[in-house]
Amino acid sequence: MTSSPTHVSPPADHGIGRQTLLQRIASLRAWLFLLALVVIFETWARLDFGGTFVGNSYNIQSILIFAVAPLLLATGQTFVIITGGIDLSLGFIMGLAAVVSAHVINWATPGMGMGFAVILGLLSGVLVAGVPGLVNGLMVARLKVPPFIGTLGMFGVCRGVAFLVADGTTVAVRGNDLFREIGNGRLFGVPWLVIITAVVVLFMHYLLGQTKFGQHNYAIGANEQAARRAGINVRRHLTWLYVLSAFCAGLSGVLYTARFSAGAAQAGEPLLLDCVAAVVIGGASLFGGSGTILGTVAGALVIAVIQYGLVFVNVAPFWQFISVGIVIIISVLIDQAQRRFAGGRVSE
Amino acid sequence: MSDPILQVRNLSKNFGAVQALNDVSFDVGRGEVVALAGDNGAGKTTLIKAVSGVYRPSAGEILLNGQPMSFDSPQDARDKGIETIYQDLALADNLSIGANIFLGREPMTRRFGIPVLDRKKMAAAARETMAMLDFHVSRLDAPVSNFSGGQRQAVAIGRAVFWDAKVLIMDEPTAALGVPEQRKVIELIHNLKAQGRGVIFISHNLQDIFAVSDRIVVLRRGVMAGERRIAETTHDEVVKLMIGG
Repeated sequence: MTSSPTHVSPPADHGIGRQTLLQRIASLRAWLFLLALVVIFETWARLDFGGTFVGNSYNIQSILIFAVAPLLLATGQTFVIITGGIDLSLGFIMGLAAVVSAHVINWATPGMGMGFAVILGLLSGVLVAGVPGLVNGLMVARLKVPPFIGTLGMFGVCRGVAFLVADGTTVAVRGNDLFREIGNGRLFGVPWLVIITAVVVLFMHYLLGQTKFGQHNYAIGANEQAARRAGINVRRHLTWLYVLSAFCAGLSGVLYTARFSAGAAQAGEPLLLDCVAAVVIGGASLFGGSGTILGTVAGALVIAVIQYGLVFVNVAPFWQFISVGIVIIISVLIDQAQRRFAGGRVSE
Repeated sequence: MSDPILQVRNLSKNFGAVQALNDVSFDVGRGEVVALAGDNGAGKTTLIKAVSGVYRPSAGEILLNGQPMSFDSPQDARDKGIETIYQDLALADNLSIGANIFLGREPMTRRFGIPVLDRKKMAAAARETMAMLDFHVSRLDAPVSNFSGGQRQAVAIGRAVFWDAKVLIMDEPTAALGVPEQRKVIELIHNLKAQGRGVIFISHNLQDIFAVSDRIVVLRRGVMAGERRIAETTHDEVVKLMIGG
């Protein structure tokens, strides 16, 4: 039964005006959180030590650079979560890509020069990430493995492989200034890392909002049966979906290596759940069917601002966990309230 | 109602030793509503699954506009003009009416040279189709979860109409609805009739069957128990056919 009693009345779209306001607030909640946090930290900085939080371009840049890795993981994760799935392996797929790209660049730089080595490093990192992504996709789409379990298994596999490839340590990149420049340089004052991430995020925004792939992604999340009946190849879609999210994690790993001039297997370990949190704060439902890339951007920025801001105002770092946790809970509560109001299904 | 759109000839279907359907024949004419009645297990579902391409018949044939058809899949049947409206509403709740109509065959356009979804075309098709079914909605961009059960049923039917289904199979279309909404769906079926489409209507509700159908085909344990014109039969007779005796 999907129709609530209030709906059985003349066929007019009554009640929509009331819903839209709440729905609009709910869909913008991540940006509202972000605004509130910025105001809080600004006030705090002024009152406590007469400083400024947002007025300081160093802060802004640090936050953006800080947000790059979780945001890249979260954009891929957004697509997965909209279909009602989840990808728990992204953090270690990132680590694997970081280590592999470091090795490849070290191997290629002396013989092929810096430019080729960077291209090869980038390609190898992203493509290597695609392998566990493809396995994830085949497991979920063909073998009907629940995404939570399948990607949890892949989490372990990638973790082990990444540490083996790294020989249990970090892999330092030597002698490639171009790669270091990408990780630390700027174009017109904007870090390359931020520019690259922005381009990828824009593309993903386009893919989700303006293409058949995006449209099918939403449909599968809402009603897989309906999507199949409408002639969508659900299996193929789900397979590529996990490859896509793994590509994002792979790029994130390569950028990590560029930034620190070293690849580490544990590069993405703290981001495992941060990327899920960013998506949820950004307005997606873990039941599937909803979510946007712009929301996820705000979600990732909320987490970055909390983490950086608390350090900036000299609060013990453990408060980060508490704050991010509270934001996640509030965000889910808003989502539930909005759904109940809209007469939709809160959970099944 | 001269030449039938759909002709089912001596259709049989067995699953191993189980004969689910035995030598069933009936026609659906242009602008005709044929009700399919029968107790649980009488073979109604098997019959419509055979007609809509889910099952391959063991024997017999299906003719659409006089042409013998064999369907590889429900998708194939739909492409040829037989659309099934499922009672559990095959819609993506989070998408708009237009997006649901075009689900799986989205129209594209170009903006600044970049291919993008043609939302204008989707909205226009939604407006047109819903108006044709006499359902008027003002918020064409709202997700269909905002609409009532009857309206959503209309969207599912609208999708079939938009893609020019010749025959619509409706499996218990009123089962999940309240009384005013049921009436609206009955009106919808009258509307489809007026457009010259054929409708196969499956229902447990004799009231609905008598309100909307031209003919009734009654199945019992996989065989035809009888076929009557609605104008020439009564509730009692239909029930007798259903239960036998």
